[in-house]
Amino acid sequence: MRRRNFLVGASAAVLAGCNRMANSEIGTGLLDAAEDWHRGAQRFINPREALAPEYPPHMISPFFRGNGSVNPTNGDYQAQAAAGFTDWRLEVRGLVDRPLSLTLDNIRRLPQRTQITRHDCVEGWSAIGQWTGPQLSVLLNAAGLRPEARYIVFRCADELSGAPYYESIDLIDAFHPQTIVAHQLNGAPLPIRNGAPLRMRIERQLGYKHAKYLTAIEAVTSFEKLAGGQGGYWEDRGYQWYAGI
Amino acid sequence: MKRHALSTRVWHWGNFVCLVILFMSGLTISNAHPWLYWGEWGFAPEQAWLAVPRFPDWMTIPGYYSLAKARDWHILFAWPFALLLLFGWVAMLANRHFTRDIATSRREWSPRAIAADVWAHLRFDFAHGDGKYNFLQKLSYGAVLGVLLPGMVLTGIAISPGMGPSFAWLIELFGGRQSARSLHFIFAFALLGFLIVHVVLVLLTGPWGQMRAMITGGERDAA
Repeated sequence: MRRRNFLVGASAAVLAGCNRMANSEIGTGLLDAAEDWHRGAQRFINPREALAPEYPPHMISPFFRGNGSVNPTNGDYQAQAAAGFTDWRLEVRGLVDRPLSLTLDNIRRLPQRTQITRHDCVEGWSAIGQWTGPQLSVLLNAAGLRPEARYIVFRCADELSGAPYYESIDLIDAFHPQTIVAHQLNGAPLPIRNGAPLRMRIERQLGYKHAKYLTAIEAVTSFEKLAGGQGGYWEDRGYQWYAGI
Repeated sequence: MKRHALSTRVWHWGNFVCLVILFMSGLTISNAHPWLYWGEWGFAPEQAWLAVPRFPDWMTIPGYYSLAKARDWHILFAWPFALLLLFGWVAMLANRHFTRDIATSRREWSPRAIAADVWAHLRFDFAHGDGKYNFLQKLSYGAVLGVLLPGMVLTGIAISPGMGPSFAWLIELFGGRQSARSLHFIFAFALLGFLIVHVVLVLLTGPWGQMRAMITGGERDAA
């Protein structure tokens, strides 16, 4: 019992120190800056176009777990799902010369990329699936990105705890060859659990970046004015914007 | 001549602080999905080789369940941890601490020498051996410095999706991303095991002198 008391006391001392650091200006700055150092180091080590590992078909996991929203009930999502998403539109808007509004058919007719990749959730688990869809770069080039655009924001149909899901990435990841707007998982239309009818694949980052139930792709100069200002649903709740770690 | 070089002492205490923070924030990260798998993928308890118990809040950073905050701490302290390890290795190779005190000689690997060393430990005689450290001591310092600590950095890299493009070979070497995650966890607890034995042995061998030596450098042992 005394040993346990000692451990609890020592741990409380560490926590008190950590709290003091976290509440100081320098501490907060460091905790935020570390994410940027990792991004810088990862971008320095990995060439801009370098591909995340791709796997042979036999390594596809028998099930692809869904997380976060797995069956949105807000808005008209359920009605759209019942109608087979025939009226679903994907808008490409914001800082572009030619805003687009695409049907699922439009998207299926674009040049497609199919990739078998590993999905890593921030919680720690992984699943492997085969994704098919056009590269985001194809959509962005068709819409004509304006030079002021620095980030791409993804708007989603689902809400978590009453707040709309959204995400954002920079142009390096937006124009990465494996960044695709997926409409198929393992050769079949996306299940609702995994983001039907459209979801993003950002293969060099954690799962929360891969926005599901995608309704719009928006080019912006900054995400400071959006929702909580941190660039994504989970980012507004304290998670790292750069999720390559 | 000091018993412990300044570089050794700086690395030792810096590394200790980093390990405490990385371990405690790591426990929160474990709580986020307390199942460990082998291979590339794994996402449900029935695939796990180990269901890890939930670690109570008082053991964890930030002291309550927040995966986001725990990751902030983990990600920050990964930097000084890895850089200090690199510094420690460069320093101990440059000042020959490694070759002089930690590297074992062929003679020490003979079964008789090993048996004698184990026997001496069982009699709580730790001051035997002609170098600064005895055989088992060299072996454990070597395993910690050469395998467990670099292993934490390498398995950490293999877990990071952003490192996948350049380190696919490393992920494969560990047997897949979930295997790397399992090893990250195993190495962390092996380091905790080392820490416990290390502290117990310090307590058994004159804690004040040992602590003073690791802080001020201390005086070299009189023959």
